[in-house]
Amino acid sequence: MKPVNQKAWLLILPVIVCVAFSAILPLMTVVNYSVQDIISPERRVFVGTEWFKSVMRDDDLQGALLRQIGFSFSVLLVEIPLGIALALSMPAKGWKASAVLVLVAISLLIPWNVVGTIWQIYGRTDIGLLGAALARLGFAYSYTGNATHAWLTVLLMDVWHWTPLVALLCYAGLRAIPDAYYQAASIDGASKLAVFRYIQLPKLRGVLMIAVLLRFMDSFMIYTEPFVLTGGGPGNATTFLSQYLTQKAVGQFDLGPAAAFSLIYFLIILLLCFILYNWMQRVGTADKEPGHG
Amino acid sequence: MAQIELDLAHAYKPNPRSDEDYALLPLKMSFADGGAYALLGPSGCGKTTLLNIVSGLVKPSQGRVRFDGVDVTARTPQQRNIAQVFQFPVIYDTMTVAENLAFPLRNRGVPADRIAKRVGQVADMLELSGQLHQRAAGLAADAKQKISLGRGLVREDVSAVLFDEPLTVIDPHLKWQLRRKLKQIHQELKLTLIYVTHDQVEALTFAEQVVVMTRGRAVQIGNASELFDRPQHTFVGHFIGSPGMNFLPAEANDEGLRVAGFRVAAAAPGLRGPLTLGVRPEYVTLAPAEADGAVRATVTKAQDIGTYWLVTAQIGDDAASVIRARLSSHGPVPKAGEAVWLRIVGPRTCFYGADQTLVEGVAA
Repeated sequence: MKPVNQKAWLLILPVIVCVAFSAILPLMTVVNYSVQDIISPERRVFVGTEWFKSVMRDDDLQGALLRQIGFSFSVLLVEIPLGIALALSMPAKGWKASAVLVLVAISLLIPWNVVGTIWQIYGRTDIGLLGAALARLGFAYSYTGNATHAWLTVLLMDVWHWTPLVALLCYAGLRAIPDAYYQAASIDGASKLAVFRYIQLPKLRGVLMIAVLLRFMDSFMIYTEPFVLTGGGPGNATTFLSQYLTQKAVGQFDLGPAAAFSLIYFLIILLLCFILYNWMQRVGTADKEPGHG
Repeated sequence: MAQIELDLAHAYKPNPRSDEDYALLPLKMSFADGGAYALLGPSGCGKTTLLNIVSGLVKPSQGRVRFDGVDVTARTPQQRNIAQVFQFPVIYDTMTVAENLAFPLRNRGVPADRIAKRVGQVADMLELSGQLHQRAAGLAADAKQKISLGRGLVREDVSAVLFDEPLTVIDPHLKWQLRRKLKQIHQELKLTLIYVTHDQVEALTFAEQVVVMTRGRAVQIGNASELFDRPQHTFVGHFIGSPGMNFLPAEANDEGLRVAGFRVAAAAPGLRGPLTLGVRPEYVTLAPAEADGAVRATVTKAQDIGTYWLVTAQIGDDAASVIRARLSSHGPVPKAGEAVWLRIVGPRTCFYGADQTLVEGVAA
């Protein structure tokens, strides 16, 4: 017989309390709101799945969702290859390596709203370096007037802000590859491209997975930068899901639909991350192995 | 295939001053075309550095590397056409076993039908045929190392194949098999093979010529019996053999040779002054009491090693003169505490001067 000591439960009690207050209770509050119509603190009606249905039929939401997916995938498409390229071109050792690491990491230290402000000024055609330069070149750039320009500016902002994260992750991954691999490749007569394709990329799989998931989740929740830059406009060109949610919950105080939508939002992120994760797990391991799981 | 000549020294630090700064002290060496060589020595003796210099992964800080008389010091491993197998398996994770083996050929633009033929041959040699279409990443360490070996052997036209302790990760029983396989491959293909190891059995069974190295110096090049019977340096005597050679302080003058107060041999030409006497435990024999040329010793330990006894004894009263003898378990074996007489000088006893190198001269 194993000795039983129920007092051991006390040891995990602090964790349970913390998690309850930080995650479970707030989430349950949201669940609570999502199934009720709260007319006033005293008057509330249980409405079941009605909010969920109405939210999912909402054209604005569907538009925001599509924009959001388009934006997040564009972010991945640009930042991941760019981050890898950056990591590959960074020096491996010596003072140059330290200097470059610091330089690359600087943008990661800037708060989101500051990034928004920086780009808002940077893009202005009267005093901003980028905006004025483009205007001088005869390009009618305007992030406040042109939907495409606004969208591209937000994308550029995110790339500028977060590509260094991908680069740093890849850099760490690259440094972890033992020298013997490069030596073997050099003995085997592999070209630089072959070294990248058959050694570096496969060995970066782990960190790339982290980078893709982090960048995906983060960009999927983007709020501050478009808010500071244009407030979601022009029109709703840069109204992403968070923007939409905030308008609903804080702007119009529709707590029921906002709560229902929060849950849907949460599930979308969970689902997409699950799909991405499994897909990346499978890339490079499942093929060419008939008969093995 | 090529005759490889080395005349170089190497230091990883810039501006080496003392001998310690050198990974390889100045050395001259040549590897004949089609020979099987081993570089043997303890960790940190410079054998891997020497190997990497031959392959071109490391450029010597001084001197030249010549292949068939052509200076290749500045050339890359690719240009030297060298194959090298490393201590730990290096495989390309995303490729199958066959693709891994084909990789060095594919990079050199060998036609597909020749690649397929050659990969088939190498896989047969290394018994990998059954796994050719499996992904290499999922295999066990020894199978992965066989792939590494295979990639080293797949090119027929290489100048030399270099092995850097390739069997470290392999199970002992497979080690035997693979070593035999390598020897067989060497005989079939007549490639120049250079094999780095710290395992004397591996070196002596694999190679025709063994280069024994210590502290950046190649102290002796020879075959198994030369290394065993005539170690040119005390290090070789100590490193080769299990246990290694016995070394005893000795004094030679006109009257004869004395060890710990016993006269063990008559005076011999060439042997004068303080010397170190080296004798293998295998060549130490029991002698009758008070026999001429024998020494009296007290047994401190007697161990049964299965096929023989390893007897450790102290000669006379001198605590520095400890000797080990391998005695057959069929004859009489002294026990700990017993006094015995041992004969330590014979035709295969070696003498070393103050610089630890062999002094020519045989005492009897």
